[in-house]
Amino acid sequence: MIKVENLSKSFGAKRAVDDISFEVGKGEVLGFLGPNGAGKSTTMRVITGFFPPSGGKASICGLDILENPIEVKSRIGYLPEAAPSYTEMRVLSFLNFAAEMRGLRGDQRRQAVRRVVDLCHLDGVLGQAIDTLSKGFRHRTCLAQALIHDPEVLILDEPTDGLDPNQKHEVRSLIRSMGENKAIIFSTHILEEVEAACTRAIIIDRGRIVANGTPAELKARSSSGSLEDFFRSVTRSDVVQEGTA
Amino acid sequence: MSWRGMPRWYAVKVIGKRELAAYFESPIAYVFLVIFLLLAGFFTFTFGGFFERGEASLASLFSWMPWLFLFLVPAVGMRLWSEERRLGTIELLLTMPVATWQAIFGKFLASWAFLVIALALTFPIVITVNWLGDPDNGVIASGYVGAALLAGAYLAIACMTSALTRNQVIAFILAVVLCLVLILAGFSPLTDLFARWASPALVEFVSKFSVLTHYDGFQKGVLDSRDLLYFLSVMAFSLFATGVILRNHRAG
Repeated sequence: MIKVENLSKSFGAKRAVDDISFEVGKGEVLGFLGPNGAGKSTTMRVITGFFPPSGGKASICGLDILENPIEVKSRIGYLPEAAPSYTEMRVLSFLNFAAEMRGLRGDQRRQAVRRVVDLCHLDGVLGQAIDTLSKGFRHRTCLAQALIHDPEVLILDEPTDGLDPNQKHEVRSLIRSMGENKAIIFSTHILEEVEAACTRAIIIDRGRIVANGTPAELKARSSSGSLEDFFRSVTRSDVVQEGTA
Repeated sequence: MSWRGMPRWYAVKVIGKRELAAYFESPIAYVFLVIFLLLAGFFTFTFGGFFERGEASLASLFSWMPWLFLFLVPAVGMRLWSEERRLGTIELLLTMPVATWQAIFGKFLASWAFLVIALALTFPIVITVNWLGDPDNGVIASGYVGAALLAGAYLAIACMTSALTRNQVIAFILAVVLCLVLILAGFSPLTDLFARWASPALVEFVSKFSVLTHYDGFQKGVLDSRDLLYFLSVMAFSLFATGVILRNHRAG
């Protein structure tokens, strides 16, 4: 359902994404791992149509993002990295807006909003302005707008960032259960999350894919059997080590 | 959920509705309205020499409009796109199944509607003038049409400058400068100076780009389609430029 072929994205001289290719089918949950600045968010922004690619192709359900942008965007639910929202709006108004933008009207809209309010436990804060909410609730509000039209594809950029352990667990379970009949990509720094929710994982470093496999496969490739050790062995750290070239 | 079968202007309406509602939920909008109405009243009656003129018309108000709007309209428009970029909501807006032009139109039309509402709220002045004397209401009506178009043109320019930067202050200043250029191209003290060393044809050509030149007709009660075309062209150009700027930010 998600197909990325030789995707590149440059900003001036800087190559943020360099020849990336992968596929995600229905029922798969792909984890994006990588150091900060590796190109994870940029890749997601190209897939969701926010950035046009500098090279290569991205397609959703066989439709190319450049040729059919509106059609493609209607099938994606996207949670950007900062979980943005119109902060002066109340939660319910914001969700109604998101639903209407997805073409949902009247009863359909009401039902869709009700559904995501239950899924994301936003019942108690519907009348509150988003800028008065805690980080966890803001995140959930943005997640709700990504889910509101029940899309076939979900692109989630650090969906558990800043959430407390309970909330993290909730989101992971949600991802796992939705992953059964959707194609999901989510990025994270938390390696145990990969094992908990992903069917496959990709490690990106400096714009390139450096590893691609199931969590078990990736763990097996490290001598200690730990995902973290494997991660550190294939990616380069920003921190300069003493005595290394 | 596919967008097939959804009318094109639906997205414009949804985006515009949200934007307009946001104005009225913010205290800033009310502050703006109060300031605008106070200044309008001030310019009409006191500063504009209404009673000295002894003439029942809104000429003093309308002649001050280009200058009043010069600062007030960029103040309204400066946040249009810079706020989206600052909040990060531009990433939501442009990954939704809407075309960029629909987002640009939606936000612009909502803001323009807000300015038109502000203009409409000056109706007490019209009533007062009608009570005090016997004005030509047709001229007043065309004056309002001209004012609305003027506001729209300035707003479109502010839209464009707000797409350029995340910083509202810079957007404001740039918009004021651009609108000022458009005013001054036809501002008589300046054009008279210009005429000293430039040919009359050149002076006239340059003044054709000025909002004052084209607003003048409306103030006098003349609804000229060429003047209408001028204002619509300024809006169209600025909104098109807004689209180009937004696209360039992401093209990299």
